[in-house]
Amino acid sequence: MKPQQRQLLYAGLAVMLVIIWIFYSADGPQTTAVLAGSVRAATLLALGAMCGMIGERSGVVNIGIEGQFLLSAFAAFTIASMTGSLFLGTIAGIGMGLMMGWLLAAMAVGLKVDQIIAGTVLNIAALGLTSFFYDRSRSLGMGKYTNIDLGPLADIPLVGTVFFSRPPLTYLTMALLVVVHIALFRSVWGMRTRAIGEHPGAADTVGIDVLRLRVFNVTLAGGLAGLGGSYLALEAVGTFSRAMSGGRGFLALAVMIFGRRTPFGAYAAALFFGFTTALQNQFQLNNTFDIPPKFVGMLPFVVTIIVVALSGLVGSMRDPAALGQNYEKG
Amino acid sequence: MSEILLAAENVTKQFPGVLANDDVSIRLRPGRILALLGENGAGKSTLVNVLFGMYRPDSGQVVIKDETVDLHGPDDAISRGIGMVHQHFQLVPPMRVVENIVLGAEPTKRGLVDLDEARDRVVELSERYGLEIDPDALVEDLPVGMQQRVEILKALYRNADVLIMDEPTGVLTPQEADHLLGVLRELTETGLGIIFITHKLREVLAIADDIVVLRNGQVVGETTPSQTSESALAEMMVGRSVVLQVEKSIADPGDVVLKVSGLEVDDDRGQIALDGLSLEVRAGEILGVAGVEGNGQRELVEAITGLRNPSVGFMEIDGEELTGGSPRQITKKGVAHIPEDREKHGVVAVYSVAENSVLNRYHRKPFSIRGILRRDVIRRHAQDVVDEFDVRTPSVSVPASSLSGGNKQKLIVGREFSDDIKLLVAAQPTRGIDIGAIEFIHRRILQQRDKGTAVLLVSAELDEILGLSDRIAVLYDGKIMDVIDAQDADRERIGLLMAGITG
Repeated sequence: MKPQQRQLLYAGLAVMLVIIWIFYSADGPQTTAVLAGSVRAATLLALGAMCGMIGERSGVVNIGIEGQFLLSAFAAFTIASMTGSLFLGTIAGIGMGLMMGWLLAAMAVGLKVDQIIAGTVLNIAALGLTSFFYDRSRSLGMGKYTNIDLGPLADIPLVGTVFFSRPPLTYLTMALLVVVHIALFRSVWGMRTRAIGEHPGAADTVGIDVLRLRVFNVTLAGGLAGLGGSYLALEAVGTFSRAMSGGRGFLALAVMIFGRRTPFGAYAAALFFGFTTALQNQFQLNNTFDIPPKFVGMLPFVVTIIVVALSGLVGSMRDPAALGQNYEKG
Repeated sequence: MSEILLAAENVTKQFPGVLANDDVSIRLRPGRILALLGENGAGKSTLVNVLFGMYRPDSGQVVIKDETVDLHGPDDAISRGIGMVHQHFQLVPPMRVVENIVLGAEPTKRGLVDLDEARDRVVELSERYGLEIDPDALVEDLPVGMQQRVEILKALYRNADVLIMDEPTGVLTPQEADHLLGVLRELTETGLGIIFITHKLREVLAIADDIVVLRNGQVVGETTPSQTSESALAEMMVGRSVVLQVEKSIADPGDVVLKVSGLEVDDDRGQIALDGLSLEVRAGEILGVAGVEGNGQRELVEAITGLRNPSVGFMEIDGEELTGGSPRQITKKGVAHIPEDREKHGVVAVYSVAENSVLNRYHRKPFSIRGILRRDVIRRHAQDVVDEFDVRTPSVSVPASSLSGGNKQKLIVGREFSDDIKLLVAAQPTRGIDIGAIEFIHRRILQQRDKGTAVLLVSAELDEILGLSDRIAVLYDGKIMDVIDAQDADRERIGLLMAGITG
């Protein structure tokens, strides 16, 4: 990041903190509810965005995140309800995500199917399978994941409620942001991953197996989307319903782009999009505007369109050079 | 120290339809530079790919440091001390120099890449070999010569004691090329051996200790610079005596045919590629555009032929303003185009030779009437082109993809020249084709000039520009640095202009 950008970032953060403080002074409970809602909505987006960025950094577009969310949520819910264990359900969700990631890699990297088509296959398959096998009579007898207070941190006004009194998968996601950041930008794996997304030929000539690393990465990234599915079914909602991912797999891609394919950038973007979702919920709850609720519900999507269009205009972000291209040796 | 660093012994490699290497043997000794000379398709690349472990020979052996080895891939070759600098650099542009150098062999500390250690080793290497570089610069910000240095350091970092340089001077200005030759000479003083692949005779004589000439997959000559000359080498390469210098008369320029002023054109990434460029070409003269590739040549040619719209500027052909005109409008005005990339813009590979011979005119009489193609007329026309332009093809109905590069190029030239033309835009007209075809095309271009056609010749081969042009414009960073009369042109001055240095 350039110094000017950094200054702009700090300035923006400062302004935001002041605004939050003003709102918090005016109406504590409402402000807390909106910010807590932002974090809640951001978790899923952040997981999806991390899944997307690991794929794209390696040169593989994954538009199947939506499907990965949905089928993983289904698997997580079904296994949790059958075994009565949220933990086993979560593992099942992650496992399903890995499997779908591998499927995408097998199609897009192994068989060299067009990456967009391969991703679309995941989305359609997930919607069809989950709709067909969905069993209304199932439920989570033991309830969903509940909040865990992080000791005295949870007692800090506002911040405590928003960040330190959260259910477990949210904490796990925050930890994963740090892990993925370090892995992508500091580890040998990360350096090679970025290389195969930019110039696979160069990586090949120094002995890096491009196709194998791509398959590994896309599969691994699927696990993150799988965790997202588990989060959706077992922590955010506590049940499964048809098409419950509701387009957030696609929104995650917008978050990833806006966050410049970095974990922390994506989390900031996810919080921003989460904020629009939470705000919209709060408007609907309080009936702030006297217009049909569906219109208020559009808010996050309208903001997405505007933001993505603007970030295109600002245009300082560049895609990995080999993004979307199948690699042929030689 | 070993007697032989790297050798191919009786290597034979067959590809479908081509015997790429036929019983080829070469030997590289420590501290020496072996130049591998040959035309495109002579088997140079196949041979070094065998030596680098990319291909396995059908028969014969690779010997590294007096030991016969069986290479399973480039990693094998790298781990045995073979380094290769590819013609197209294998670098990751948005990554830093140090990251590029250690990629694939990264030093680590507690599971993470140890960039400090990596930087220390890069600095140590660059000091030891006198290859100064900023380890933290982004590769994409470096000029081409520096990027090449990164490639060399990449090989040295992997403890290479053999460097294979594939056409290393193609993208350099003459001064940069001279500098590179100096660097390579210094490297050999540490005992390193270098294989230097090229088709430029002058460089071979300047740098090589040993010369091996390949033709049609066979070794046709082994010599040293002191025992040979440019013309002797050329003869060995081609298999007959060749005229290196085209003979031409003094030009007799007429009216201005192409006039371009203040042209601004963006490249594919939306960056400015031509920055207010102006030039004029007169009837009966050849204006050569010299310059290192990537300085706006492609955009200039595409703008003039209507393949790319200028954002600002003015273009006039034969007195008519055609700024932003479509390729068809421009062709109709009598503009012929020999495109840089013949596979992409020159021929349609799956169409027959006959169809390709009328790509610019199939929609006009007599080749079609009321939208219906007249195959017999087209075939007869194609046969004329094939005969007149010496296109070697079994018939005009075979697909263009079955022709060799040189014959494809002659087909394109034949197609473009068979109409009355006022302006010829020739981009890299002889790239990657055999010397026979080069001579032929050069003669034809001169003939066009003598018939009064204005010719804009864009080429990365400075020798081609110097040999054909009447005036020479040097393009650098989207601007014309200067226009020089060919009689006053010297390599030194043009080289400096190519690097953006005036005065």
